[in-house]
Amino acid sequence: EKTRTGFTSKINDLVAKYRKVDEDFFEELEEVLLQADVGFETVIELMDDLRYEVQRKNVRDTSNVQSVISEKLVEIYQAGDAELNEINFADGLTVILMVGVNGVGKTTTIGKLAHRFKNEGKSVMLAAGDTFRAGAIEQLDVWGQRVGVDVIKQAAGSDPAAVMYDAVRSAKSRGVDVLICDTAGRLQNKVNLMNELQKVHRVISREVPGAPHEVLLALDATTGQNAMIQAQTFKDVTEVTGIVLTKLDGTAKGGIVLAIRNKLKIPVKFVGLGEKLDDLQPFDPQKYVYGLFAE
Amino acid sequence: MAFEGLSERLQGTMTKIKGKGKVTEADVKDMMREVRFALIEADVNLKVVKEFVKKVSERAAGSDVMESLTPGQQVVKIVKDELTELMGGEESKINFSTKQPTVIMMVGLQGAGKTTTTGKLAGLLRKKHNRKPLLVAADVYRPAAIQQLETIGKQLTIPVFSKGTDMSPVEIARQAIEHAKAEHMDTVIIDTAGRLHVDEDLMQELKDIRALKEPDEIFLVVDAMTGQDAVNVAQSFDEAIGISGVVLTKLDGDTRGGAALSIRTVTQKPIKFIGMGEKLDALDVFHPERMASRILGMGDMLSLIEKA
Ligand SMILES: Nc1nc2c(ncn2[C@@H]2O[C@H](COP(=O)(O)OP(=O)(O)OP(=O)(O)O)[C@@H](O)[C@H]2O)c(=O)[nH]1
Ligand SMILES: Nc1nc2c(ncn2[C@@H]2O[C@H](COP(=O)(O)OP(=O)(O)OP(=O)(O)O)[C@@H](O)[C@H]2O)c(=O)[nH]1
Ligand SMILES: [Mg+2]
Ligand SMILES: [Mg+2]
Repeated sequence: EKTRTGFTSKINDLVAKYRKVDEDFFEELEEVLLQADVGFETVIELMDDLRYEVQRKNVRDTSNVQSVISEKLVEIYQAGDAELNEINFADGLTVILMVGVNGVGKTTTIGKLAHRFKNEGKSVMLAAGDTFRAGAIEQLDVWGQRVGVDVIKQAAGSDPAAVMYDAVRSAKSRGVDVLICDTAGRLQNKVNLMNELQKVHRVISREVPGAPHEVLLALDATTGQNAMIQAQTFKDVTEVTGIVLTKLDGTAKGGIVLAIRNKLKIPVKFVGLGEKLDDLQPFDPQKYVYGLFAE
Repeated sequence: MAFEGLSERLQGTMTKIKGKGKVTEADVKDMMREVRFALIEADVNLKVVKEFVKKVSERAAGSDVMESLTPGQQVVKIVKDELTELMGGEESKINFSTKQPTVIMMVGLQGAGKTTTTGKLAGLLRKKHNRKPLLVAADVYRPAAIQQLETIGKQLTIPVFSKGTDMSPVEIARQAIEHAKAEHMDTVIIDTAGRLHVDEDLMQELKDIRALKEPDEIFLVVDAMTGQDAVNVAQSFDEAIGISGVVLTKLDGDTRGGAALSIRTVTQKPIKFIGMGEKLDALDVFHPERMASRILGMGDMLSLIEKA
């Protein structure tokens, strides 16, 4: 959070060091973005755009270039359509499916989301769809207790699709507002596990028309270029509707989501900023972009 | 949609050179740009890339590339050789203490794979080294971290020392070491909570655990998908507690794993094991050469070059 609040940032230093907006300047800017994990393709595209923009607006003074840069970055992030970081709530039961690779923060994010929705006055239920990892059900259970919401679960090792079926049924019969479904972490190149996820998705859609209303992909801000492949593959399999960028409280910048947004148009909906219940914030493109440059 | 490997990247440059029939310094420079691209796309830290490219450029500017009929392959070979060398030898051995018990500490960022690797390592030590391990549940923060380790212990039939979440991790570790001594268990593996390298209080906790009995190994567990930040993480953990080796997890995925090079370069500590899956036997020895090929996205190209 500390690095994300102000504009007292690397970009300022960067700008201050240069009197002219020349090649050296662009080169250093490029390096800052690469070190934030934005990735080559997007950085090069960006640099071309920026050079053009700077030329077009005839910006010579480095102090003006700062705003041109951040505008451009935010614009790339938003890519045309209005930003969609709101959760798509249904009229009746809203089902949210949480997906992602191992250890990125799915279960923790579910706890935080439940807390958030509950504070908004909604009734929430959780589904322990990770029946594989040791202690996963107990972990979600602890979150359920902390937040004060019910957790639908079966024994370890049972079929996740069956858990979802159960959960959706109870959510409907108890008339809860939001059901958030946990799934086991899986690497996107594991075909069997991705098929299993598709099955879980199918069960949910079959039981509740229009569900899942959100498929949230948890991405670890520490992850580098592989996050792009994660986003692509999970999107193909489960029609991801949004990203939760976790662990942004560390020193990693999560620059890859800029590239993901640019290429796949998946919006980031929330950012994770710690391990506590309220360490979740709606994604703010402006803050995020400034954060890319923060020391 | 996986990224192109270095060899494919060099194709374009190669076509240009073929037309001319002679490799110029400018061509070498072009090729080096591709090397830089490939490494950054593989998540090698930018600063590490720069140093590395400088070194490779010097070699590539030498006659072997300039006069070669297959300059692209020569460059790939040089890059791969240098990478392999930088990555160090195969060092999967574990340092055992002469004074019982041997203490191994597992540390790292949240979700890196410490708890799973604790189990895997215990299984390996029992099987390959005939050790009697004790797993220590010193993560009192993450919800159900203790149950997770206990489940893993049960799956392996290896005992787990746990004291719930009310006792401090330092005290738990202290008692565990005493317990191991009394029960003649020769290896204590301490599973610590995930923490950010910038979290001073929690880094202090690691120092305090470390001070109980000098660990024979302190393994930094790192997710192979880590990007540019790997250098900060590795450097901070190493500076704070002095790691003895690295375990790179989740290499069963399709990441290039450039973090391996970054970490190795900044810490000079060996990468000892790699995690190749969620199952408790999915722990392999680290092979520098395979890692180098992987970072470069070479795959099958490798054998071709080796024969050339
Ligand atoms: N610092 C920090 N840690 C986080 C954040 N979100 C989650 N974590 C931690 O990351 C670790 C993994 O979180 P989980 O929620 O278990 O991740 P998961 O994706 O459910 O993991 P698997 O189910 O094993 O695939 C835990 O130690 C969490 O406390 C965050 O925003 N910041
Ligand atoms: N595919 C794959 N998954 C792994 C590997 N190692 C660990 N995991 C998974 O990664 C996730 C996190 O592993 P943990 O062992 O809980 O990680 P940790 O470092 O103890 O996490 P915290 O205690 O929350 O900091 C779990 O889903 C594990 O099953 C590996 O080598 N390959
Ligand atoms: Mg989970
Ligand atoms: Mg753990």
